[in-house]
Amino acid sequence: MNLHLECLTALTPEIIVVGTALLVLLADLAVAREKPLAQRIKLTGVLSCLGCFLAMAWLALAPCSAHAAMLAVSPVTQWLKEWLLLLTVFAAVLSWNARFTRHAGEYFALLLLAAAGLMLLVSSDNLLLIFLALELLSISLYALAAFDKSSLASSEAALKYLLFGGVSAAFTLFGISLLYGMAGDLQLGVIAARLRAQAVEPMFYAALVMTLVGFAFKLAAAPFHLWAPDVYEGAPTPVASLIASGSKVASFFVLARILLTAFPGARGMVSLGDYLPGWAPVVAVLAAVSMVVGNVAAIVQTNVKRLLAYSAIAHAGYALLALLADRRHALSALLFYTITYAVTVLGAFAVVGVVEAGGRRASLADFSGLSRRAPVLSFCMLVFMLSLAGIPPLAGFFGKFYIFTAAMETAPKLSLLWLVILAVAASAVSLYYYLQVLKQIYAGQPAPSPAWTRPDVSAQVVIVLLAMMVIVLGCAPDLLLGKITELLKSHPF
Amino acid sequence: MLAWTIYISFLGAAVLMLLPAGHPRPARWTALLAALAGLACAAAGVADCRHHAGFGAFTDAVNAPWIAELGIRFHLAADGISLVLVLLTGLAAVAGVLFSWNVENRTREFFAFYLALIGGVYGVFLSVDLFLLFVFYEMAIIPKYFLIAVWGSTRREYGAMKLAIYSFVGSAMVLVGLMAAYVMAGGRTFDLVELARHANSFPPAFQNWAFIVVFVGFAILAGLWPFHTWAPTGHVAAPTAASMLLAGVVMKLGAYGALRVAMTLFPVGLHTWQNTIAVLAVVGIVYGALVALVQQDFKYVIGYSSVSHMGFVLLGLMTLTQIGLSGAVLQMFSHGIIAGLLFAVVGRMVYDRTHTRDLGKLQAMNLSQVLPFAAMTFVVGGAASMGLPGFSGFIAELQVLVGAWQSFPALAILAAVGILAGIAYTLRAMVKAFYAEGAVEARDLPRLQPITVPERAGALLLLGATLLVGLWPQLLLGMITPALNSPLMQPLWKAGPP
Repeated sequence: MNLHLECLTALTPEIIVVGTALLVLLADLAVAREKPLAQRIKLTGVLSCLGCFLAMAWLALAPCSAHAAMLAVSPVTQWLKEWLLLLTVFAAVLSWNARFTRHAGEYFALLLLAAAGLMLLVSSDNLLLIFLALELLSISLYALAAFDKSSLASSEAALKYLLFGGVSAAFTLFGISLLYGMAGDLQLGVIAARLRAQAVEPMFYAALVMTLVGFAFKLAAAPFHLWAPDVYEGAPTPVASLIASGSKVASFFVLARILLTAFPGARGMVSLGDYLPGWAPVVAVLAAVSMVVGNVAAIVQTNVKRLLAYSAIAHAGYALLALLADRRHALSALLFYTITYAVTVLGAFAVVGVVEAGGRRASLADFSGLSRRAPVLSFCMLVFMLSLAGIPPLAGFFGKFYIFTAAMETAPKLSLLWLVILAVAASAVSLYYYLQVLKQIYAGQPAPSPAWTRPDVSAQVVIVLLAMMVIVLGCAPDLLLGKITELLKSHPF
Repeated sequence: MLAWTIYISFLGAAVLMLLPAGHPRPARWTALLAALAGLACAAAGVADCRHHAGFGAFTDAVNAPWIAELGIRFHLAADGISLVLVLLTGLAAVAGVLFSWNVENRTREFFAFYLALIGGVYGVFLSVDLFLLFVFYEMAIIPKYFLIAVWGSTRREYGAMKLAIYSFVGSAMVLVGLMAAYVMAGGRTFDLVELARHANSFPPAFQNWAFIVVFVGFAILAGLWPFHTWAPTGHVAAPTAASMLLAGVVMKLGAYGALRVAMTLFPVGLHTWQNTIAVLAVVGIVYGALVALVQQDFKYVIGYSSVSHMGFVLLGLMTLTQIGLSGAVLQMFSHGIIAGLLFAVVGRMVYDRTHTRDLGKLQAMNLSQVLPFAAMTFVVGGAASMGLPGFSGFIAELQVLVGAWQSFPALAILAAVGILAGIAYTLRAMVKAFYAEGAVEARDLPRLQPITVPERAGALLLLGATLLVGLWPQLLLGMITPALNSPLMQPLWKAGPP
């Protein structure tokens, strides 16, 4: 088969998603212009979800494995793309009753373009294409974050996101250019081979750190996290949920791919007694700082979205631990953790969205007495919060447990004990602020006004589905973990 | 059969959530039925184990693969020690429901959290896979928080959060130790019996830190001094049934974990720390008793007495003698029943009627005439708590003291002083609350609701249990002794100081 055709086949799902984005724009322009806003949003929203489902069906039914021209498509990436599309669908469904915009077509088109960016990010093994995909994702998200034009916070959030994102993208690009200068290629596999052959120069470490900075921004790992609280709070809730979930999963996956395939030799070591320069010390420091900063700052938050932002920073810290773990477990631990985290945090944001839809804000007091008004919704929030805190038998517990165990197994045994102890201690602290939310919901008195409005059915269905996933994956982690290990055994990347 | 204790409890919690809100009666009966069914399953389980492997070895209830990648199995089994505690849980659960019969506020949710807690506790006592044990251990934390934060009294939010954070910090320590043991044993299994086989190959330096981390992690929940401060505040803030469970079974989770996990897996570390922990245990005994002696709040008296009595459990464990350990396990059972009984009297019979727990105010009410049944129950319960012969506490504390005398004579004498202080604070509270002299004329007696039938039933159940074990200790010792002689426990006796 010729190269172009092969690439096109491999990219079919992305093409479907981009095509749907154009179709959504067109449909909004041509068919729905005269209709009332609610109907336009419904129409374009449903169309976007159908496009995502079509791409998911293609991914599931047409197994494809290609390793050509900047693309690395394997069963693992295809499977991961299905999850990313699912997360996008959930975010889209949560926007079905959106009241923050009049631009239905543009909103969903940008959402789909972000999804295309996510998918492309996962399936490239060339630094340039990775950068492009990252930018496609980021720029769509900048625009989406600003979509609530009536809200000052939304504009501020988008501007902050854009400025921080722009600077860190510059760092990444600079780092990539240095790498290119040393290795003479942008293909991850080739870089690995060239670097193995030559002695490591100091310049290499500079390049490595710069590349990592860009990713640390995307993952909201401290000290590159400053944008996260404002964006999570200011951006429209469905957008924030996608930034917190899908964007995290894809970025972690591609970071793992870069570190584990291109620089396995430059790992370095970071135990209490031994130190070797490499990326492991950098990642360890990022992880440690994120866990401490995220958890400590979350304690004093009174807005649930900001609280989720700081908790996201802490969770980025835990997930970074997976990169340091024993090679046998690193990727499966990372995938399990990020996917279950994405599902959980999406659910939490969905609940926040429902509370906001009733005319409230997202401060802790607005959740007071929620269990009396919406017992099912409250129970789902209980599940999400406890899963984030790492309480069994919920998915978040096993995710953390697996990462910690895998990190402990890193050779030499127990060399990362100090970091695991820090992580476990940080996790114990985190229970405090998650319980603050639940205390309001279960022990608080419901405020008389504004009157509670029934949440719309679609959001409720999404929330219940997500909560069920969290419970099922927690009680039977093998459902997901078995699939991950099976895929990774046949195709390491 | 034993596994059904867990399933029924969680099933009961789920059914309760589905009941319509605002109807307390069906919720109560559902909870009572679930608790009774749990107790029946526990009793049937005991008969089952006697019939099969005896009490010396684990009798499997369920053993199925769970998370293949890490070698984790869903493995529930019981030996004599776990069966004693499963029986205790069953009894405490039934009594707790009976003493919560008057909960009117969000009854359905109250019993749902209650049964979820019970299910977690059963799970801990029955797990052989340590991952599973940890899962159940943590599952028990959250319902405790809500029971106290929503239905509690004095400073409930503070007490609830303190309890939750202490528990979670403790379990975090346990988690670190468990994962380290798993990795050191080759990263293939969490099975207690399998890991214990590796116990001899764990390097001593590793055992020394792993033991103390895991032991203290569990012992925080058992009220080990100086990590006991959650206990009095938590007990006081909790609603009656939750205090009964906290003192009755949750503190036993800690002691059980310390024995089952820390001591079994790290015998060398155990010998290193044996004396230190024994001293802490005795400090707890004496300190708890002395503080209880000066409390004005009736419930604080019982709260601190729990710290003191749990000190006996920990002291018994540290003696590393057969008699001391069997005393410790028996004391877990005995204290579970007696503390439950005393909290029921204080919280349900007295506080719910008089709305005060201040001993000074109670003094003026002449309660022995107003509530003769409560007074009688407290007298008998107090006698059991003091360790009078004929009650379960006597045999248990005697065994612990004999064991302690063999291992550390000086500490045994101090612990005996603790017993004397125990008699003093029990008598003081009893006299002040019920038998204060002529404070009011007979016609000025406060009008209080008489003791209800569920309360009587619950009190008689617990009194019967402590009397039965006191008069016929062989009933439980016959289960405990073979378990202590099992191959699993052999490293405990063998490994000396290096």
